[in-house]
Amino acid sequence: MKIHEYQAKELLTQFGVSIPKGKVAATVNEAKTVGQEIGFPVVVKAQIHAGGRGKGGGIKVAKTMQELEAAAENILGMTLITHQTGPEGKKVKKVLVEKASQIVKEFYLSVVLDRAKSQLVMMASPEGGVEIEEVAARSPEKIFKTWIDPVVGLQAYQARWLGFKLGFENAFIKKWQQLVTGLYRFYVATDASLAEINPVVLTKEGELFALDAKINFDDNALFRHADIAQLLDPDEEDQNELEAKEHNLNYISLNGNIGCLVNGAGLAMATMDIIKLSGGEPCNFLDVGGGATQETVTEAFKIILQNVKVRAIFVNIFGGILKCDLLALGIVAAAKELGVKVPLVVRLLGTNVEQGKEVLKKSGLNIINEDDFATAATVVVRQAHHDRTS
Amino acid sequence: MSIWLDKNTKVIVQGITGQAGSFHAKSCKEYGTLVVGGVTPGKGGQAVDAIPIFNTVRDAVDITKANASLIFVPAPFAADSVLEAADAGIALIICITEGIPVADMIQVKAALRGSNTRLIGPNCPGAITPGECKMGIMPGPIHKKGKIGVVSRSGTLTYEAVDQLTKLGLGQTTCIGIGGDPVNGTSFIDCLVAFEKDPDTQAVVMIGEIGGTQEEEAAEFIKSNMKKKVTAFIAGQTAPEGKRMGHAGAIIAGGKGTAKEKVAWLEKCGVAVSMSPATIGKTMQEVL
Repeated sequence: MKIHEYQAKELLTQFGVSIPKGKVAATVNEAKTVGQEIGFPVVVKAQIHAGGRGKGGGIKVAKTMQELEAAAENILGMTLITHQTGPEGKKVKKVLVEKASQIVKEFYLSVVLDRAKSQLVMMASPEGGVEIEEVAARSPEKIFKTWIDPVVGLQAYQARWLGFKLGFENAFIKKWQQLVTGLYRFYVATDASLAEINPVVLTKEGELFALDAKINFDDNALFRHADIAQLLDPDEEDQNELEAKEHNLNYISLNGNIGCLVNGAGLAMATMDIIKLSGGEPCNFLDVGGGATQETVTEAFKIILQNVKVRAIFVNIFGGILKCDLLALGIVAAAKELGVKVPLVVRLLGTNVEQGKEVLKKSGLNIINEDDFATAATVVVRQAHHDRTS
Repeated sequence: MSIWLDKNTKVIVQGITGQAGSFHAKSCKEYGTLVVGGVTPGKGGQAVDAIPIFNTVRDAVDITKANASLIFVPAPFAADSVLEAADAGIALIICITEGIPVADMIQVKAALRGSNTRLIGPNCPGAITPGECKMGIMPGPIHKKGKIGVVSRSGTLTYEAVDQLTKLGLGQTTCIGIGGDPVNGTSFIDCLVAFEKDPDTQAVVMIGEIGGTQEEEAAEFIKSNMKKKVTAFIAGQTAPEGKRMGHAGAIIAGGKGTAKEKVAWLEKCGVAVSMSPATIGKTMQEVL
């Protein structure tokens, strides 16, 4: 789960991470009030989850109240397009109005999981303000890493070591150490899955501020963080994906025109792959899961059909726990309820497959049953193309 | 022969009174697995399908001499169950549970370091030695005893691969689902080491997916340490960046962990990669 910059900053301050003075605003008037409180110059920052906001015109400096009013008017309500939003962009509903910092130098700091070591790794770089992947490609020697023993946690010496590597003068090491340990304590206490401060800035006044923060949380741990779960901004989520989640379905929207309904994440990915190999484009990833019931299958169908791009549907089920006849009943119920008009290609294997096929046959629905994986993919792609040209 | 589980493996099921636990305890027992007991705290003394239930893993081990545990305990309590089994001296733990917090698994992994316990999973279908022992949720009948080892990060895609192998007459020694989480107990390399040593395993099918670098590490290992043939398939060639594809670990982040990279790496290390999920069995047949 992702949160906004302003939410991330509010959380980080609770762990001793310093941030510039500022407040979130949803209207121009609110923005002006914040400007009055904190004084000028200020920075007005669009609050959307995607990165690259500056380049897209979502971040503006204001030296006066007039400039602040103009900036807030301009940004609030705009559709911001960045390299991470996709061509449709994201509507800006809130801005963060923050005291502008006089920046002496920018740094990078983050905590992530190192999957190969099954440990957290704290990463820092003197190259702040640019994407870390860029630094990693251009000058990997400028990224410093220290791995954290899960038994004892991050130690102060590790934080200091990073600070000295980054070239901090002795006078700033204590502040740096507070920032690093604060970020680590935040990560562990909230079950984060990514905590990145980019940039950390050293200001003219000698402060170390988190100027931007990108935080992701482990969805699997949200059950023990009710306070964090409620920070979710539904406007930032794909509506179909949210609806799917409510029914315990894993759904992801894609750009093609072939709907996929599969059980199991690996098989669902493989089904997308084979559609592409056969010359088609999947319009979603959908894993109904092993514990799917007739109801969840019906819900899954509804979600797929809500997508107006769908020209054909590929149902690919390897029954294990999920019995094929149960799935077939779900398909028939959904098809009847929703009046499916696009071609339906169904491949069933595994538990109760014969009963499943029987259910489909008796339904009288126009269903193409195909057992061979490659042939089924070819057929569904042909159906989708055919429909488009007719 | 096989790896890690066979007809002598004595299995207990933790979380046996839950819906999934009781269903699969029965199904494993029907397959022929020696399911000797179950554990649900507070329900000791009862039974599920004539399988005795114990309050603690230690009690179950003392009385039944179990050496393996299959875990269905819900995610918030699953890490505790793994540690309880390890503490009781269980040699093989297979954790089916999906949705365990990463932080819990980091702790479990650290606690198991240096112990003699092997953990497979979590978030996996389990493992099966056809005709001998099924410890998991896979459909038994698609498997066939034979000479191919199967290791996979997926569930149903493993069934797909096994089904293709069986239909081509290629039986399996042992099939292992290592799970789709970013932190798991047993890696591809752990399985490859065991398959390389197993005299009955002739060749290995490896099924990976996007996210992490396990497949790349496995490829390097195959190149330098394996004499047996390995073929592979990588799921997620069409997966978009930054989206978790169902499995917690299946995500392309910062341009890393793509299927393209993994396929290239495997091919560079001499592994035959099936580009289509429909030809996983055929690719193996061709290299034999």
